[in-house]
Amino acid sequence: MTSRIEGSTIGRRGGPTTSYEEKERLFEEVRADLRFGDYLYGCYECGICVAVCPSARFYDFNPRRIAQAVAREDVELVWEQMNGEVWECSQCFSCLRCPRKNNPGGIVTIMREVAVKNGLRSAQQALEGYSRIIYKIMSTGTQVSPDMIRPEAFPDWGPTAKQTADNLEVWRRAMPPETMHTTATSWDVDDKTLTELYLIWHLTGVLDMIKTLDESLHMILVDVMEEKLEEAGYPLS
Amino acid sequence: MAIPIDLPVVQPRGKKGGFARRQEDAPESLREKTLELEAKGEWIVQRVPEPAAEVSTRSGGVKRVPLQHTWHHKSCGQCGHIPGYSTAIFWLHRKLGLEYHDPRDQTSCTAWNYYASATSNQAAQAAVAMRNFAAAYETGYYPQIHCATSYGHYKEVRAEMVHHKALRDQVREIMKKLGKPLVMPEEIVHYSEWVYAVRHEIAKRKVLDLSGITVTVHPACHYYKLVQEDAIYDPDVYGGQRTAVVTAVAQALGATVGDYSTWFDCCGFGFRHILVQRDFSRSFAVQRKIEAMRDEVNPDVTLTHDTGCVTTLDKSQFAAQAHEGVKAAIPVLSEAQFAALAMGAHPYRVCQLHWHAADYRPLLEKMGIDWQERWREFEDDVARLKANPGAFMTWEDADGDWAAPLAHPEHVKHGGR
Repeated sequence: MTSRIEGSTIGRRGGPTTSYEEKERLFEEVRADLRFGDYLYGCYECGICVAVCPSARFYDFNPRRIAQAVAREDVELVWEQMNGEVWECSQCFSCLRCPRKNNPGGIVTIMREVAVKNGLRSAQQALEGYSRIIYKIMSTGTQVSPDMIRPEAFPDWGPTAKQTADNLEVWRRAMPPETMHTTATSWDVDDKTLTELYLIWHLTGVLDMIKTLDESLHMILVDVMEEKLEEAGYPLS
Repeated sequence: MAIPIDLPVVQPRGKKGGFARRQEDAPESLREKTLELEAKGEWIVQRVPEPAAEVSTRSGGVKRVPLQHTWHHKSCGQCGHIPGYSTAIFWLHRKLGLEYHDPRDQTSCTAWNYYASATSNQAAQAAVAMRNFAAAYETGYYPQIHCATSYGHYKEVRAEMVHHKALRDQVREIMKKLGKPLVMPEEIVHYSEWVYAVRHEIAKRKVLDLSGITVTVHPACHYYKLVQEDAIYDPDVYGGQRTAVVTAVAQALGATVGDYSTWFDCCGFGFRHILVQRDFSRSFAVQRKIEAMRDEVNPDVTLTHDTGCVTTLDKSQFAAQAHEGVKAAIPVLSEAQFAALAMGAHPYRVCQLHWHAADYRPLLEKMGIDWQERWREFEDDVARLKANPGAFMTWEDADGDWAAPLAHPEHVKHGGR
């Protein structure tokens, strides 16, 4: 199995065949992000970010190492992190307690985006099982819709998941806000609103990111969006 | 082993150890920068409408929270699987006589996706935020944001838009293509700030005695950790050392707030984890939060103010009961649902508690609510709806015999302090 990075043949996370130049290019892409300058100011190595980090308690994840790796321009370590531990971060931003005002969680966000944008195999693996959720948010403008609460998807949520699924349609009507009598979306979103959202995905390169991550998902999304965008005078081509 | 800490929930002002920030150390005011950019013609600033409550912030400043004429930026998770959360927020507005708009021209902030899968980027997220802000502006109503992640993320977007002209220019061009103006609200307001601002008005209308109820509070990370300066802090609550929202509401309602050592920990939501790697979310929620609350406080309920936190703390408790030694669950509610119940809201028609996983019935009994009778009424509603496929429950249906007198907005104008 190969990665989609040009010139490399990564069989697994951090595979040895990726050239240093390629790893450096990705590191520079992280550093060039507009947000980067607001997320990293140096590191006291005090460990406060690790002490408050939920992921550090349960995974081999360490926000201090993230901040230090990028601060020291350690291209190899950043590459390794981008292919693995960044996906363990909870994105709670408890690490913003940093006395140096670093934002390790924010650096992780950028590293993940670079991983997705460049089609790293590790990103594809981390997001296996996530396609339906990406589809939902991009195509409907709302995320976890009522019809996603199925007992087979959430067996650990107890009998509530089954009761919800069994009674979904009538329970949705048994609530007063008129916008919420929906099952496939969290609320009733106007068609015009959706067209505007699709245009945003198109104009900001998000659809291109999806194409790199999952071509099948990209095809489905284009199919959903094409008609509405063309009607609005914005052909996807 | 968790070590309980001895920090009084209420600390009198002026107590030794009080802290005052020096003027020269004051953080950047994004509100002022936002207004400066308006003066330069960069964007329109939507002003907070009157009446508004003035509340104190972490940085020692004043934030104005609009009491009515609000545009409700709903939460995808709340509406999707804990719908009594959103319904309770609307119900409180109606009972206080404060008008609002529930829009269809609204998308989610999409930040659940941004933080979970990174299949988005800075410009897309900013454009989604600004599209929603423009949609609110076009109606004349002011955004009140239901989800703490949307609130925190929009504050990130505001900071990025203020600091980076290139981003402003890019998003302005996108808005032009959408035929919308570039609009930034004067303040970014979370619904829990509104509940905090009207807490005394809610307390005046409560119909239940909550003096026997002990609560724990989980403050939501994305409320007070992301772009922290304008989160609400109150010298009278935790000595101003933690955010005051939720806790101040529970206290105003007469409940006892119990403290526990892991209050700063997140809930374990994790964005990606809660959907595709829930072993982490379950373990963290139970071991670091629920068990600490149980061992140190043994509360009747835990209250929080965000979609992800209610979800994770509530849904994670079922599987944990399979483990030896893990005891009964702690019910999990938003403070909006708790306040609505205190004001006499129906637990199923309004608070929609049948969508919750942890057993809330012992709490209702202790609050003096006959849940069995209320459930029978709800089942009757459901039977009627099944017999009438096009029908749905109205606000009048939801109130039944519980309607309370409406208040005038002027009555709550100074509710914040």
